[in-house]
Amino acid sequence: MTALHEATAPAAVPAERRPSASGARRAPERGPVAGVRRWVRGGGLSTLAFAIPLLIVFGIFSWSPIVQAMVMSFQKTNLITSQFVGFDNFAHVLADPLLGRAVLNTLYFAVLALVLGFPLPILLAVLMSEVRRGRGLYSALAYLPVVIPPVVAVLLWKFFFSASETGVFNTVLGWVGIPAQPWIQSAASAMPSLVLEATWAAAGGSIIIYLAALLGVPGELYDAAEVDGATIWRKIWHVTLPQLRGVIFIMLILQIIATAQIFLEPFLFTGGGPNNATVTVLLLIYRYAFQNSLGGDYGEATALSLMLAIVLAGLSFLYFKATERWSS
Amino acid sequence: MAATATRATTDEPGERGILSAFDRRRSGVRMGLGVVHVVLFTGLVVAGLGPVLWLAKAAVTPTQDTLSEPFALFPNGLDLANLTAAWVEVEVGRYFLNTLLVAAGCWAVSLLVAATGGYLLSVLRPRYTRLIDGAILATLFIPAVVLLVPLYLTVVRPAIGPSLLNNYLAVWLPAAANAFNVLLVKRFFDNLPREVFEAARTDGAGPFRLFWSIVLPMSRPILAVVSVFAIVASLKDYLWPSLVLPAAEIQPLGVRLPAIASQTELDVFLAALAIATLVPIVLFLLFQRVFLRSAGLGGAVKG
Repeated sequence: MTALHEATAPAAVPAERRPSASGARRAPERGPVAGVRRWVRGGGLSTLAFAIPLLIVFGIFSWSPIVQAMVMSFQKTNLITSQFVGFDNFAHVLADPLLGRAVLNTLYFAVLALVLGFPLPILLAVLMSEVRRGRGLYSALAYLPVVIPPVVAVLLWKFFFSASETGVFNTVLGWVGIPAQPWIQSAASAMPSLVLEATWAAAGGSIIIYLAALLGVPGELYDAAEVDGATIWRKIWHVTLPQLRGVIFIMLILQIIATAQIFLEPFLFTGGGPNNATVTVLLLIYRYAFQNSLGGDYGEATALSLMLAIVLAGLSFLYFKATERWSS
Repeated sequence: MAATATRATTDEPGERGILSAFDRRRSGVRMGLGVVHVVLFTGLVVAGLGPVLWLAKAAVTPTQDTLSEPFALFPNGLDLANLTAAWVEVEVGRYFLNTLLVAAGCWAVSLLVAATGGYLLSVLRPRYTRLIDGAILATLFIPAVVLLVPLYLTVVRPAIGPSLLNNYLAVWLPAAANAFNVLLVKRFFDNLPREVFEAARTDGAGPFRLFWSIVLPMSRPILAVVSVFAIVASLKDYLWPSLVLPAAEIQPLGVRLPAIASQTELDVFLAALAIATLVPIVLFLLFQRVFLRSAGLGGAVKG
């Protein structure tokens, strides 16, 4: 974690430490040519060669778009011209009647995903770490859904969710006497269906992470608890869970950040329907920018993504602080 | 963390867990563990393997059978023609090749940027190291959603040169701007023994020689992890490639599949889905250990 510690005070490097000044500062000879010569002799060229891929890729495809996003949210932009419009984009987005719906839907998805999908991997990982024999097989089986490309998984589940009597899931329900469900066809059950698929697709990854964390719990802690006469349940409650606290917190924040940006499931399963029941914030951003019959409203789309990002950046910061604290 | 994650995937009885040797001898615990075994096994086979097996079966079953009896095993015989139809008529083969091209490019560029960048920030450490370090770290806090629109505009009308729309570079290069990969490699390089570098320098190795002959060979494990991250991410991505590769003939299979769905007969479409699943699963089975180790790393030290 040392690398990350050093970098917690970012970007505040004083100007005189920049490379352009370095040659001149040390050089007893004067003039720019001597400075350059000194810089080359000191390995400046090869250092630059190693810096170029990083600087180009991050400069063009990460740092510059981030700055652009801030500027664009205050502009009316089409592909040819841009015009400063102040807070108009934000005002328009906030006045969109669909926004409230999208925020509520996204929250609904996030909460359902937490209730359904968050405790399950912890439980499975604890069980898997205790059975010992077959652990490798179990991890591989649990991880298999993560390996399937998400688009394939969604399209396959779309077929599973068929509302007909002979749909895959409805057939299974029929075996235990439950009547056929409409799944993604009805506004009430669409979102829970999406959460079901998303949970299935993501659980394996979390299980592997919890397994790794469980194996990192020092055995002496359990020995000590046993000396004090702890039962299995008390060992879980007083040793295992407190030891996993850090990972659990990190996974919680990661999951919230991921679910707040949920896109693929609503886009491919339902397109936001039925009756806007699955329109999420990211789907709305996508519609502003790329599904607008009047041409992309890039300014409004960025304005909305910035608002979402501010909320998420707070979470990211918490996450960063947590990883820093628990992995040092 | 990497060491424990590797251990998680093997069956060797490592250090003790919650249950003590004494606990394991108690009959109640032993019965409980037996039940856990059965539940885990059936649950994981049904949820993990089930959909894959069903897809494999449906890929060679006629549409009518899949629709009317989804769980019957070939009531009216096999329909192997689905697979050839998917490959030839739907041109799955071509899109499949596109998928491989996209993944290979993402892998190569990501590895190049992460390895050279990590070397720059960890070993060469020029004066502006902290500045770049901070700027890279800062991007970890920016959710991907912010980049979507400005990145799209960057691709459509770059500052220099022609539009990158329908050019694989538009997928490869942004994929390499991954702060997590760079920091992961940098941290690994940070932990390599400096004495070896000093010895190599004394023997006259320059920065390139040091990078190629000393640092890279010592870093195979982390390069494998970054490779898995880059390839898996490229196989999983949908939204971005669908935006910057609008021309159907160059789209990877994952992007093409939703568009194919409406114009293809169900059995052929399911065969196409099965083919699309094949590569990731084969890769997973071949490199299971690296996959699971990477997954363990993903949460434990991300950031």
